[in-house]
Amino acid sequence: MADNVTPRVRVPRDAAAGETITIKTLISHPMESGQRKDSDGNTIPRSIINRFTCEFNGESVMEMILEPAISTNPFIEFQAIVPESGTFAFTWYDDDGSVYEESKDIAVS
Amino acid sequence: MALGAAAATALPMSARAAIEDAIAAFTDGAEMAESGITLTAPEIAENGNTVPIEVSAPGAASIIILAAGNPTPGVATFNFGPLAGAQAASTRMRLAGTQDVVAIAKMEDGSYAQARQEVKVTIGGCGG
Amino acid sequence: GNWSKLAAQQALTQDQLLQFDTFGNVSLVHITDIHAQLKPIYFREPEINLGVGDNKGAVPHITGAEFRKLYGIEDGSPSHYALTYNDFSALAQTYGKMGGMDRVATVVNAIRAERPDALLLDGGDTWHGSYTCYHTEGQDVVNVMNALKPDAMTFHWEFTLGQDRVRELVDGLPYAALGQNIFDAMWDEPAAEFKPYQFFERGGVKIAVIGQAFPYMPIANPGWMFPDYSFGIRDEHMQQMVDEVRAQGAECVVCLSHNGFDVDKKMASVVSGIDVILTGHTHDALPEPVLVGDTILIASGSNGKFVSRVDLDIQNGRMMGFRHKLIPIFSDVIEPDAEIAALIDEQRAPYEAELTEVIGQTDGLLYRRGNFNGSWDDLICDALMSEREADIAMSPGVRWGPSILPGQDITREDIWNVTSMTYGRAYRTEMTGEFIHTILEDVGDNLFNPDPYYQQGGDMVRIGGMGYRIDITKPQGSRITDMTLLSTGEAIDPAKTYVVAGWASVNEGTEGPQIWDVVENHIRNQGTVTVTPNTSVEVVGA
Ligand SMILES: [Mn+2]
Ligand SMILES: [Mn+2]
Repeated sequence: MADNVTPRVRVPRDAAAGETITIKTLISHPMESGQRKDSDGNTIPRSIINRFTCEFNGESVMEMILEPAISTNPFIEFQAIVPESGTFAFTWYDDDGSVYEESKDIAVS
Repeated sequence: MALGAAAATALPMSARAAIEDAIAAFTDGAEMAESGITLTAPEIAENGNTVPIEVSAPGAASIIILAAGNPTPGVATFNFGPLAGAQAASTRMRLAGTQDVVAIAKMEDGSYAQARQEVKVTIGGCGG
Repeated sequence: GNWSKLAAQQALTQDQLLQFDTFGNVSLVHITDIHAQLKPIYFREPEINLGVGDNKGAVPHITGAEFRKLYGIEDGSPSHYALTYNDFSALAQTYGKMGGMDRVATVVNAIRAERPDALLLDGGDTWHGSYTCYHTEGQDVVNVMNALKPDAMTFHWEFTLGQDRVRELVDGLPYAALGQNIFDAMWDEPAAEFKPYQFFERGGVKIAVIGQAFPYMPIANPGWMFPDYSFGIRDEHMQQMVDEVRAQGAECVVCLSHNGFDVDKKMASVVSGIDVILTGHTHDALPEPVLVGDTILIASGSNGKFVSRVDLDIQNGRMMGFRHKLIPIFSDVIEPDAEIAALIDEQRAPYEAELTEVIGQTDGLLYRRGNFNGSWDDLICDALMSEREADIAMSPGVRWGPSILPGQDITREDIWNVTSMTYGRAYRTEMTGEFIHTILEDVGDNLFNPDPYYQQGGDMVRIGGMGYRIDITKPQGSRITDMTLLSTGEAIDPAKTYVVAGWASVNEGTEGPQIWDVVENHIRNQGTVTVTPNTSVEVVGA
């Protein structure tokens, strides 16, 4: 299991109704590819974040499937439409079964 | 001068077949348009372990990213939901040497579009 | 070299060097790639500087007699000595050393006397390249530059001081630290410490200076020393910045760039709305601007040899005309500014004994600049092979490093001027013939890729103990052939392993003695160094 996995997201605090905003997410994670060998020549088992989702008030913004070629500390930037005030829910799924969650509120003025 | 950072010079046959297989798995062998999708990647990677890449395909349901010269070509798939502000996303990827990065979009109407760009991964180390 | 020293000095006067009919309403003063050379130096310009693709045969890829013919420079004249390589040793005896920041100060002050609000802009590669700069982590140069009161600077080798030290120095800088392409690596946003541009109101004109740092910093130099930053050309962001400053009322847009000349040329054709690009990094000195569309490109040399002055006439947000002079800093002709001279000596005082210690002598000219090995590089490669007991030596193709005349003493300062860096460990390792080939191809493509955006602005890696043939017209992978081990005359075997010594590895944790110590030991053992001309690289397709 990966240690000290910390998700971070950047979402504007407010937006106009129907506005498109930019969201950036980063999660600290080694993204062990399963292709590296340790000093004894043994293959280090794969351990990555394999899926990420972003929803707003329960509706999908986007889903990403991540493969071992995604870099350490996966960075994802994308855009969302904000129809009303509400909450963005971000979820990262680890190979080891762990699920990491983060949420951000946004106010529509 | 850097040591031990050998750049891939030739693409092994197996990798070539793997990328074709990965494309076919996504498109079911359908024709792909050469426009309708934009792939933005650096000419030269600052670091082969974290290469920034951006894809954009207005009207796409999903976009797949493949690395033609990696041991396994799969990199990422983006599936856009109804609240996506654009059918576009950025991430960072690992490249085992200079190679083509491929992005393919599956459009809402079931058609496909692809874009390719070579990204150079250099040993580096000399400067003015 | 027919001129006597006396005749030469009579013919050259400070007034003549500074003569300029002030023009228009704005003056730009450009210095770049000083590489911490606070004192006058000799610096031989390149003999071989090959252009590829669209830049084949275009300046700055013209040298020697052809260069003099192009610009109408008389043989044996001061400009011949300052701008071309032929007869360098003889002309150096006649015309003396060039540069010195105290002389530069005199020139800057004279320009300010005529145009008090002239903008002084530093193109970077300033806080790197000398014994005192290394030992003070750039503080000596910062102290001297601050006294010159520049208005802005951009960056390259400064980052090899490490990101913490760069932040510390930038934090205390009394002028703008610019780089529209310096990004925070984590969030891919403009880095907070470096502004993309700065506005100046001069001569009633609103001027925006946009900075462009060296785009390939983490590739050409050790990225692990500044992991928080990402660079790149980012020409789309440059266009955004130009549009932004124009929208804010900029009547004149100046780009203070460390892209390198050919990269700037391409950028000028891609980005619209820049009036002047002050180029740097590739160390070219051009007596006239190069025009790309409506943009003028200025190349101001390196190591303090030149100061460029550009006067602009800006009317209603348009550049109506310009006047330019590349001012050569003849150190025996231009009076040093007393205040800056004293300040420079103050920086050097704690190190004077170490700096001036004579290590040996040279019986030939030691120089570096050029696409392939210079004699300084050959000496460094010889030192690596003998001191590190290697078959083959590799030395980076950097463009800095002053020259030493035949018969001159080599001091410790001289050795540091061509070797000083924060990652100077001299490694010793084994490489297969195939891997050596891969390295040469990789570096060759950084220099000879026909697309300037793939060029990093360094010269070819210098090789000792091995010869090769390079066809610069071929693509990466097929430029380098006929690799030969000079000690045996045998072809390099791709499968065989060779002992290779080198320095300036960008890899963290490189082990070995410092390169300056390796070179010092070698020169001490030789007493007088004799470097035989290197004929082991055959260049095809030039
Ligand atoms: Mn430089
Ligand atoms: Mn530079």
